[in-house]
Amino acid sequence: MQDDKALFDIFRHPQTIRALSRKIHQEALKLSQPLKVMEVCGGHTHTIMKYGLKQLLPDTIEFIHGPGCPVCIMPKERIDQAIALARMSDTILLTLGDMIRVPGSASSLVQERSTGRDIRPLYSPMDALKIARENPTKKVIFFAIGFETTTPMTAALILRTDEEKLHNLFFHINHVLVPPAVHAIMDDSKNRIDAFIGPSHVSVITGAQIYEPIAKQYGTPVVVSGFEPVDVMEGILKIIVQKNENRSEVEVQYTRAVTQGGNQKAQAMVEKTMSVRESFRWRGLGDIAHSALQLNDSFTHLDAETVFSQFLSYEPIDDHKLCICGSILKGLAKPNDCTVFGTACTPNSPLGSCMVSSEGSCNAYYRYGSAL
Amino acid sequence: MKRIQLSHGGGGEEMDVLIRDLFYRHFSNDILLRSEDAAVLEVNGKIAFTTDSYTVTPLFFNGGDIGKIAVAGTLNDLAMMGARPLYLSCAFIIEEGLPHETLERIVLSMKEELSKSKAQIVCGDTKVVPKGSVDQLFINTSGIGEIVLPALSAHSICESDVIIVSRDIGTHGACILASREGIELQSALSSDCATLWPAVDALIAEKVGIRAMRDATRGGIAAVLNEWAVASDICIQVQEQSVPICDEVRGICELLGMEPYEFANEGTFILAVDPCDAMRAVEILHQFGMSSNAAIIGKATVLKAGRVILNSPWGSTRYLERPKGELLPRIC
Repeated sequence: MQDDKALFDIFRHPQTIRALSRKIHQEALKLSQPLKVMEVCGGHTHTIMKYGLKQLLPDTIEFIHGPGCPVCIMPKERIDQAIALARMSDTILLTLGDMIRVPGSASSLVQERSTGRDIRPLYSPMDALKIARENPTKKVIFFAIGFETTTPMTAALILRTDEEKLHNLFFHINHVLVPPAVHAIMDDSKNRIDAFIGPSHVSVITGAQIYEPIAKQYGTPVVVSGFEPVDVMEGILKIIVQKNENRSEVEVQYTRAVTQGGNQKAQAMVEKTMSVRESFRWRGLGDIAHSALQLNDSFTHLDAETVFSQFLSYEPIDDHKLCICGSILKGLAKPNDCTVFGTACTPNSPLGSCMVSSEGSCNAYYRYGSAL
Repeated sequence: MKRIQLSHGGGGEEMDVLIRDLFYRHFSNDILLRSEDAAVLEVNGKIAFTTDSYTVTPLFFNGGDIGKIAVAGTLNDLAMMGARPLYLSCAFIIEEGLPHETLERIVLSMKEELSKSKAQIVCGDTKVVPKGSVDQLFINTSGIGEIVLPALSAHSICESDVIIVSRDIGTHGACILASREGIELQSALSSDCATLWPAVDALIAEKVGIRAMRDATRGGIAAVLNEWAVASDICIQVQEQSVPICDEVRGICELLGMEPYEFANEGTFILAVDPCDAMRAVEILHQFGMSSNAAIIGKATVLKAGRVILNSPWGSTRYLERPKGELLPRIC
């Protein structure tokens, strides 16, 4: 096997996956009750559905799909803000991936682009520098989204913008944090979660230590796992073993990338540029205190929310009344419990945000088939 | 540098010179050179007729260019219907200011691609539009072929028919994506762009029991297989590990969170064949460079009519959906 392919081939090794499945079936026999496992991150939801992992597990293991999809949790009023910014004269709005497809209250960035607004999905946030340099007469606004994983890239971009004294690159910050969202879900009395698969790439940045309070406070094992099928299967096995041994600890399966302390250089860059917001409204979950970031005071001149405040509304906008994304994001419902799933709400014309992103659980159910 | 001017499309002397010195010179054949308002064609029996417009950025990429695709793409649509390609029309919509040399390179590439079948360009059109109206160059080609193998249809796939792919998938899509987004690869990834008629001709000559053929262009093999499953009201089950995918395409998909099944191809086709002929079909395909790693990837079953199911090597299954929306990279 070539080294470069070893990066994913060994983590999709059929015999290893089958062996883990057998081992999980054996260990699960010892469980005193069925286990509800929340995979916090949308990347894991995607892995579970894409590789058909649920089919390899005993019925006593149920997945609850968590809120870790940056596109899914973006409230409509923030998307409307992106649209308002894109509609300003001489403006180029930049963002990542699926964000351009998420419906706001009356439009989406894709629809705006088709009317001639300059809206560009980036492959790397660093491309924003080039676009700003090449368009000195335009306002270039980076609509920054994502959990702890993508935040350092935005931080690096902010620092470079400052160093290069680029006067025309601005930031609309929507970076959110995993632990406050998990606490919000667990503090809901209706929650039914017994254990967590911890996020992969978030944990590379933050380190596994950020989940210690969750494991202690709620008595739930947290196993930080990689995104490959072998990783998720091994993560599940570790969770079952913890349950059988009556432990509730933070454990790292994804040891090839995750440490306790994480990437401290990245953390320092984030700290230098951003600080925690008082409160942020999550789509489906509502207002969660200290759950998102904003630009530090020293970067106010780059902050699109400050510089273009006259164009932005903060009036909360509710989801479509038939959409149950909120319950899905809390793990209280499955995508196919929704009456509009696959009918009025499809990836081509999503009503709710969970149908938009490939990391959204509705989208994953639709793409890979929950009926199989 | 000589550039294409609006006058080259104006119907006057400049246009005449462009047509004679470039198009007639390289596409030369008796029918074209008659310069009538329409080409008069000799055709026997049933014909297949198709059209396609070609727009690609960048115009030149590893393994091909817009001209090569404009010829191969239309010829392939004919071949997929069991038709021997005979005649093409060719219309250029050129953005004012395009270097003459660029246009000539593209015309030469078309000439070379035409040599791989007996097809001829027999009529054409030239338009030059003001700067900004099109992106450099758009080409439309239409094609006529004589049906050699009748009754090929996406509607006629039956239970147990074997599904074959002619080569490793997704190279064109990955190649274009990499060059557009400036993703640098250590090894040269090359588009599969090719004229498929020689391989199809051999399959027909050897009387392989072909039920349907389709080139997996935009939407990749995911689109073709889903179209077939719906059209024939049958389930297509694909063994994931049997689908040939080169390391570069896999790498780009891993990096961006995309599926190779959805990547465009320009010289890759899917066949549904009678199970008795499947091995023979693969052996014939292996004799051609463009299909030297053809493989059996699955079969038609009655499990879930209208759906395509991927079987993983570890015993799980999932649907392979039709591609939706634009291809966007994953966020994290």
